Amino acid sequence: MATSNSRSCLQYLLHLAQDNLDFRLPEIKALLALRGKLFQPSGNFKEKSPFWCLDGLSGEDVCSVMSRSVCAKSAFELWGHGKTHSELRTSLLNYPSENMSPFMQKDSTYRINVYTFNKTLEFADRIKRIDAMEFLPFEGAVSLKSPQHCFCLLEDYGTDPNDIPEHPNYIYFGRWIADGQRELIRSHSVKNRHFIGNTSMDAGLSFIMANHAKVNENDLVFDPFVGTGSLLVACSHFRAYVCGMDIDYNTIHGRGRSSRKDQKWRGPDENIRANLRQYGTEEMYVDVMVSDASKPVWRKAALFDAIITDPPYGIRESTRRTGSHKDVTRPPDVLYAESHVPVSQAYHLSDIFTDLLNFSAHHLVLGGRLVYWLPVYRPEYCEEVVPLHPCLRLISNCEQTLSSHTSRRLITMEKIKNPEELDSLAHLADPRFSPYQGHNAFREKYFSGQNKRCGKEDSKTVVNGE
Amino acid sequence: MKLLTHNMLTSHVKGVTKGYPLLIKATEVKVNEVDFNPQFVTRMIPKLEWSALVQAAEELGQRQDLPDELVPEYENNEEFLKKVHRVLLEVEVIEGCLRCPESGREFPISRGIPNMLLNEDEV
Repeated sequence: MATSNSRSCLQYLLHLAQDNLDFRLPEIKALLALRGKLFQPSGNFKEKSPFWCLDGLSGEDVCSVMSRSVCAKSAFELWGHGKTHSELRTSLLNYPSENMSPFMQKDSTYRINVYTFNKTLEFADRIKRIDAMEFLPFEGAVSLKSPQHCFCLLEDYGTDPNDIPEHPNYIYFGRWIADGQRELIRSHSVKNRHFIGNTSMDAGLSFIMANHAKVNENDLVFDPFVGTGSLLVACSHFRAYVCGMDIDYNTIHGRGRSSRKDQKWRGPDENIRANLRQYGTEEMYVDVMVSDASKPVWRKAALFDAIITDPPYGIRESTRRTGSHKDVTRPPDVLYAESHVPVSQAYHLSDIFTDLLNFSAHHLVLGGRLVYWLPVYRPEYCEEVVPLHPCLRLISNCEQTLSSHTSRRLITMEKIKNPEELDSLAHLADPRFSPYQGHNAFREKYFSGQNKRCGKEDSKTVVNGE
Repeated sequence: MKLLTHNMLTSHVKGVTKGYPLLIKATEVKVNEVDFNPQFVTRMIPKLEWSALVQAAEELGQRQDLPDELVPEYENNEEFLKKVHRVLLEVEVIEGCLRCPESGREFPISRGIPNMLLNEDEV
């Protein structure tokens, strides 16, 4: 009984990758939420630090998070920690020996790793660190190649590479229990993907989006601006069934010019289904179709567990929807040709987001999540520009900087109630939408910085010329 | 196009009030084997319009012995779930079209992909 008590209040240490800093906390929180667990950091939690200590979790919870996370590198059962090596020693000596002994048996093998953040240690210093752990009751044999148990000493030298302290700010010692899914970033890289486009989403961010959306096994996930299906690839990897639509006939059918520099035209089997097949998840493929996300082609019902998308902002992909400003009268006997491309008109960003939020409010299941990118002109950004909806609760809002004056923000919302008649109109008049209103207002601002820079250079040349 | 998708699609032609379910006119139908996943099928059943699924399967000649009514306690009825699995995920329309029941507007399906775009004068 004593053992189970002390085991139930174990602390776990997460070692996180130092990129996409903004995206880490929402990812870990979402993955914990999938287990019905809360994020309970212990002590002085610093979001930007590569090391987080978590309370109130079981080993299974942590393993489950690590089986999904692309932000976390490894997880450890924390045995001791402190500001100095002597504090660490005291802390380790206070750690219940019954928690240690199962992993230190005579007939077992182990190894100790030393990991330093923001500093490189000489080999000799590493050995010294390992030797200093001798006071722990290791009884097994060392095996560097295939140890049964892995321990790790982690030293944190802060996050400023220009100010590396002589001694670590903090030290941890723990038993390794699991690695995260960083490997997916390489294995699913768009470089080696069968079918890609100019704006295919980077593999790491696609997995992060699927995690923020709490995409789970047996979910049905929909991407209304599917493009080449990068987000569906990520969701299907987590065993969700996927479908998508795009207004671009050539993209959906995998035709037209290739996005690869050494290839002029797309091959015969370049399509989203083939991408899923490449990663062994074709059975998760439901359908993709040529359709306009601004049109109500889905029956009104809570069909999707998650809606995850990267809408076009009119920067690298144009924002179009079907319709025309002209009064067209079609001769009555014309057939609906399969390859007919209807006239399209500009799709204002504000309308894209209004439509997307309204669509999500109607078509997500309760508790289902919408995850999408919102382009932002940084000098004018404030939290109020993020579109809201009475049926959707904002969960997280993470920035990815694109240039000095532009960024995009990954917005995660959760459906908290079913829409009523009034709700669909409630936010339409909201002034929050103003930054995205008007034709291509964002696009103009996006390019304004570049034009300014060009302008400066131009004037410089003039000065030099004089 | 799988029948799961068909079950969720509706006509969005301007002025149409009864655009569901879309009628299927198929010239090529394929049955692809997909791993049977009882949990997913069980989760999807409450979201389905059952009669539309039966009608669609019938139109394609793939109904087999799918019952008119949803069977009670289907969660534990593997035989039934397998039948639903087959029509939802394995039967695919490769070539043909979807027809709006009210306006008669046809949406072509080619290489398994429906084209739901309306012309500029129809939206």
